[in-house]
Amino acid sequence: MTTTMTADEIRSIEERFPQVFKRPFQKRFGPLLLLGGTFFYLLYALWFFNLPQVMRESHWERLPLFLTQWISYDVQPIFRLDEPQITAKYPRFSVLGPNPSPDWVKANPDGSVTILIDGTAKSVTFNKTQATIIANDETVAVGLSTGRPLISGPVPGWITAHEDEVVADMGFAGEVRVAADRVRIRKRFLGWANFVFDTRSPFFGKSAGEVASMIVSGPELKPGTSNLALAGDNIWNNAQWQHGDVWTKLLQTIVMAFLGTLLGGIVAFPLAFFAARNITPSRLVNQVLKRFFDFMRSIDMLIWALFFTRAFGPGPLAGSAAVFFTEIGTLGKTYSEALENIDDKPREGVVSTGANGLLVQRYGVLPEVVPVFISQTLYQWESNTRGATIIGAVGAGGIGLKLWEAMRTNSNWANVFYMVLLILLVVFIFDNISNFLRRRLSQTIHDYNRIQAEQG
Amino acid sequence: MAKSGRAALANAALLACPIMTLSETAPSGATHQMADAWRRQTSLRRLYTAIGFGLLLVGLGGTMWFADEANAGHFFDRLPHLLDFLSWLVPKDWNDVWRAMFDIASPHDTGTQEFNFPLGRAYVWGSFYIPEYFELMLTTLNVALVSTFVGFLFAVPFSFIAARNLTPHPVLRLIVKRFMELLRAFPEIVIAGLFAAIVSIGPIAAIIAIGLHSIGALGKLFYEINENIDMRPEEGLRAVGANWFERVRFAGLPQVLPNFMSYTLLRVEINVRISTIMGAVGGGGIGEELKLSISRGFGAKTIALVLLLFTTIFIVDQFSAWLRRKLVGEQAFAVGS
Repeated sequence: MTTTMTADEIRSIEERFPQVFKRPFQKRFGPLLLLGGTFFYLLYALWFFNLPQVMRESHWERLPLFLTQWISYDVQPIFRLDEPQITAKYPRFSVLGPNPSPDWVKANPDGSVTILIDGTAKSVTFNKTQATIIANDETVAVGLSTGRPLISGPVPGWITAHEDEVVADMGFAGEVRVAADRVRIRKRFLGWANFVFDTRSPFFGKSAGEVASMIVSGPELKPGTSNLALAGDNIWNNAQWQHGDVWTKLLQTIVMAFLGTLLGGIVAFPLAFFAARNITPSRLVNQVLKRFFDFMRSIDMLIWALFFTRAFGPGPLAGSAAVFFTEIGTLGKTYSEALENIDDKPREGVVSTGANGLLVQRYGVLPEVVPVFISQTLYQWESNTRGATIIGAVGAGGIGLKLWEAMRTNSNWANVFYMVLLILLVVFIFDNISNFLRRRLSQTIHDYNRIQAEQG
Repeated sequence: MAKSGRAALANAALLACPIMTLSETAPSGATHQMADAWRRQTSLRRLYTAIGFGLLLVGLGGTMWFADEANAGHFFDRLPHLLDFLSWLVPKDWNDVWRAMFDIASPHDTGTQEFNFPLGRAYVWGSFYIPEYFELMLTTLNVALVSTFVGFLFAVPFSFIAARNLTPHPVLRLIVKRFMELLRAFPEIVIAGLFAAIVSIGPIAAIIAIGLHSIGALGKLFYEINENIDMRPEEGLRAVGANWFERVRFAGLPQVLPNFMSYTLLRVEINVRISTIMGAVGGGGIGEELKLSISRGFGAKTIALVLLLFTTIFIVDQFSAWLRRKLVGEQAFAVGS
């Protein structure tokens, strides 16, 4: 069903709805100009940050490696071939402890050694003259008698043959590097090594049942200390994972956010009454306080953190002070805005009874704004818990600094992930506490908002 | 004083509560009971409030003690020296602040880093140069803007998938919601550190970190707006057989775009601050210079940097507030919702 319109009809419609057909220039081309502006800005940013070159020089191949390091660890023994007996040498602080004899290293009766990287499907067997690498259903023999590793036959894709070294990449499971005088192995395990007990602990390498029976009925391992206390101490002071330190630092971060937000709220609370123009009639006082709040907020948590780190030394005190000073501004601003939006009638009612100034605020104003205040404070507390992690990295204490130090070495990604998981857990718990409390308050706030809406 | 106060309070309570007035004028069993119940309730409430305050006070004291114990310098030891640290901040010659800001050679130059102002000049054309700190500030601002743009670009489609009323599929909605939650909660500093090892330390790593966080933060705000839209245009489009993309584009987007823009501007304000902090941990920009300057005690340089940063943040905040007010009116500043 189509209708055709005459030119007159079209014109009359156009005249009747000028807001649709004859829109001002700004409205018609505004979005287009915005898009164009954004496009040119992005081109400029591309040039400003020198993105093409940065991307060319970046090492994206490291990303999967780092990510696997978050949830796995590796053991890297070296087997010297130029010594009378082929024996494994482990790095000094190997996760396997001082005298490792892993079951994936097998000494064969004929003097050769077999290493199972991933069962027998991915393995290497070698003696002083020859190494046999098995992976991906292929067997590659490497001759070592000429002083250089020589591959007989075709070279498969997963092997890279260098002048003095043959590298076999076995994916996630590990890597084998064969040279004329040594074989270097990297075997990767899923999980976190020695998460509970480190290699120095007498409980190291024991199963959970064995540890439990040692704690309950075993002889005292360290005279004068119960086994339970010893186990606890060993876990807390685990050298590799530093549980004690990490948890203390985490607590510091939580304390920084809690203390800073609470103190900020306590200071901002009375000031907000003087900053609200409907409660304190003096325009001068209002403006001075509001600009003061803006100032505290604009100085920014980072600058406060840097200053207080210099004043108090690094630690949670500096961090708390930084959160505190920023929060005076943020909470002061939100508190005074909430006060300016109140319904005036209860206050007038209390004033009419002849109550003094303080009582008017207590019974005419407070009941209306306290839920909003608490809700805002909880929200800030929640967001400061995250913020405190970041400012920690500039020296304000807490887990941020520890995290940053662990990351800078580029080798401790499992520890980083451990701390990240703890932070995520804390943020999750705090989100839920704060959400729960705010939901309890929200009925009151809902009423408040409805009254605001009715007032117009 | 206290007595008259209490009397006034009693008056107020009488006025505010019709039950009380009733009980005063016509004492009967039912109203007495009501008044008793009310009294019991208030006294219980007061008890809870007192317990709450008590717990808060204990928490406050405990955490203060803990923070003080764990800190390198203790509060009361350092308090008398609190103003000492301000003494290095005061420059010998206040003109050095301007010289530091605009890279003009100082007559006090002793050849140390404290006064090497002209070294940072970035010559653009002939003898025309951009002062070092302005260039660093520009880097910080650009990091904030680009990362907000990245956040916006991904948050808009995610928010429509995550909104209960517009989602194409409930399972997809749940996945996107969880993903955004993860992005929001993941510490930016870890993402920055990870990418610093990949794309080299500097602003790009900061952009990736702040951008990813912005996706989560903006996505959450956006989908909450989406869930509150008027669904009638969407029904209309559905009736004429529009697909998901068309419904979102022509029914959803026009309703929410002003609010989206408002929240994005708010995010710009936040991201300027975060990108400054990222700078201090190696992300380039003004944060790095500020950290260096404060830790070495360069008074004039520190004041110049703080002044510049403060002014910029202030201007960005004011500009964004003005723009937001234009976009969505006073609603942009609503509290307690």
